Amino acid sequence: MSLPATPDTALRDDRAAAKVRVTRDGQGWVLSGSVTVRNLSDAASALRQIEGSGDIELDLSQLESLDTAGAYALQKQRQKLAAVGAALQFVNLRADHQALIDRVEAAMPKPESVPAARLSVIDLLEKLGRTVTGAGRFLIDLVAMLGLFLARLGYLLRHPSEFRVTALVHHCDQVGWKAVPIVALMGFLIGVVLAFQGSVQLRQFGAEIFVVDLIAISILRELGILLTAIIVAGRTASSFTAAIGSMKMREEIDAMRTLAIDPATALFVPRILALLITLPILGAIANVMGLFGGAMMAWIELGISPGMFLTRLLEDTSVDHVLVGFVKAPVFAMIIGVIGCHAGMQVGGNAESLGAQTSAAVVRAIFMVIVADALFSVFFAIMGI
Amino acid sequence: MTREVVISLRGLRNQFGATVVHENLDLDVYRGEVLGVVGGSGTGKSVLLRCIAGLRPPQGGQIEIFGKEALNCSEAERRAIDQRMGVMFQDGALFSSLTVRENVEVPMRTLPGLDAGMRRELADLKISMSGLPYAAGDKYPSELSGGMRKRAGLARALALDPEIVFLDEPTAGLDPIGASAFDELISALSETLGLTVFLVTHDLDTLHATCDRIAVLAEKRVLYTGTMADMLTIEHPWVHEYFHGPRARAAVEAQERTG
Repeated sequence: MSLPATPDTALRDDRAAAKVRVTRDGQGWVLSGSVTVRNLSDAASALRQIEGSGDIELDLSQLESLDTAGAYALQKQRQKLAAVGAALQFVNLRADHQALIDRVEAAMPKPESVPAARLSVIDLLEKLGRTVTGAGRFLIDLVAMLGLFLARLGYLLRHPSEFRVTALVHHCDQVGWKAVPIVALMGFLIGVVLAFQGSVQLRQFGAEIFVVDLIAISILRELGILLTAIIVAGRTASSFTAAIGSMKMREEIDAMRTLAIDPATALFVPRILALLITLPILGAIANVMGLFGGAMMAWIELGISPGMFLTRLLEDTSVDHVLVGFVKAPVFAMIIGVIGCHAGMQVGGNAESLGAQTSAAVVRAIFMVIVADALFSVFFAIMGI
Repeated sequence: MTREVVISLRGLRNQFGATVVHENLDLDVYRGEVLGVVGGSGTGKSVLLRCIAGLRPPQGGQIEIFGKEALNCSEAERRAIDQRMGVMFQDGALFSSLTVRENVEVPMRTLPGLDAGMRRELADLKISMSGLPYAAGDKYPSELSGGMRKRAGLARALALDPEIVFLDEPTAGLDPIGASAFDELISALSETLGLTVFLVTHDLDTLHATCDRIAVLAEKRVLYTGTMADMLTIEHPWVHEYFHGPRARAAVEAQERTG
């Protein structure tokens, strides 16, 4: 390997860098080799050999290369010796090394005393309190967001010319139309699973025909809408948060405000309204596909012909079940939309908070949808519907 | 004394679709100098910087860095070159989920044998050398002002004591006081650390205050290189307008006042 032309390049190239050594030379010490960021641990341990009291001289004439990290190591050793009353002097050093050492000395970081973090019972209590009030504030924020949406919707009803139809259509396409395949497939498979599981159990009693009621009631009343809402929560709440959050992150929302465009009118209303319109439709698709899948499975497994399935369905299943299912759809849509938009507005200045809020939005939306479904069940049970 | 060429560009060609940005571009950068690259908007100053920094392969031509062919080398060789260069992006391009100190520590993590305590101390040193207060190390980039973000970006670019630093518009968006403080910082660092600085800028004050040599990008290549005094004598209409416009005169006067 040929050595580079000038000494300066030689010392820069770590492969060519000589090993660092500290040797005793009469009264003083001699440092040879290079002291850079690439051999800093070796250099630091070599420098630690230097000891003594009073004035100690360290000859740097054989020092080949020095960078800021090396100068820092020299300074550290000087400070350490100063603490025990010895004064380390650097002698016979090159002018550029002297300049570098001076610059590092001037810039030596002075740690400001940071109070030691200690976790006491009071801190834990404070943390708990903060979490509880935070959760309370979150719920209030959600209600505020819902109120904002309703207020802007009311305003737009009175001023229809300001309504953004294009945005609404776009979001209906994104939220509704593009979700049709996954929702249809999900509904179909749920119907198949219910029919299959139901037939195994009901056959023991010779009550195979009741599989129709089982499928119809469970899908129309509960599963069709609930599972659709969960899928939409995963798909849409996250995309709302990501879209609004990245706009927030890049100050686009602030820009809208200064241009006298209300973010709630421009961003929230079309999105939540699109959910309100499309979620019931998606639920209906899931219902139909669920019944279709159930009918197929009942035909294959139990020999219940589609005609018989249909007759049984129309005779025995009350329309109330369908209504009970569909009443929930707008509520779920509101929950998903409000949580998604709210989380988007919580995004701060960095990319990590965008990711955190996006996943939080999905988890919260699914959780709240299930909570709402449970409340509906209790309500309908009490009302006897 | 012949000066060592650390970056050499020959016949560089860059194009986006049908738009040719650079054609037959030649440029040499010498060790230890501060080279200012100027040019009108859209003349590909940043593209040139990205080419040399290895972020964008050019459509043709040769790039030699430290005497090694930088375009057709192995990944390991390219990494070795990258370790000897540092880039400060226009808005710092700091990792937003890391504190400033952690940002500065990132390049140090690539070095074996540097333990966490030492990394932290060195990061604090670089932060302090870039003119940031100690407390800035614990802050996240979003909590800093634009000028502080630039300084933090410089601290990260200097983390491994590179031989060449690329600065993309270092003073853009800074107030005049902050900008001249940054100019002084660049001069002082390049002097004491022996840095080679490749500086893309529009700021005439920065050109006056820091640059040893200026390269003018125009007509798809480096049209002229020379000192500030050379630039003032060039008759090319754009160059003349650039260095003799009202802003240029103000910058010259300011320079004369401060000496």
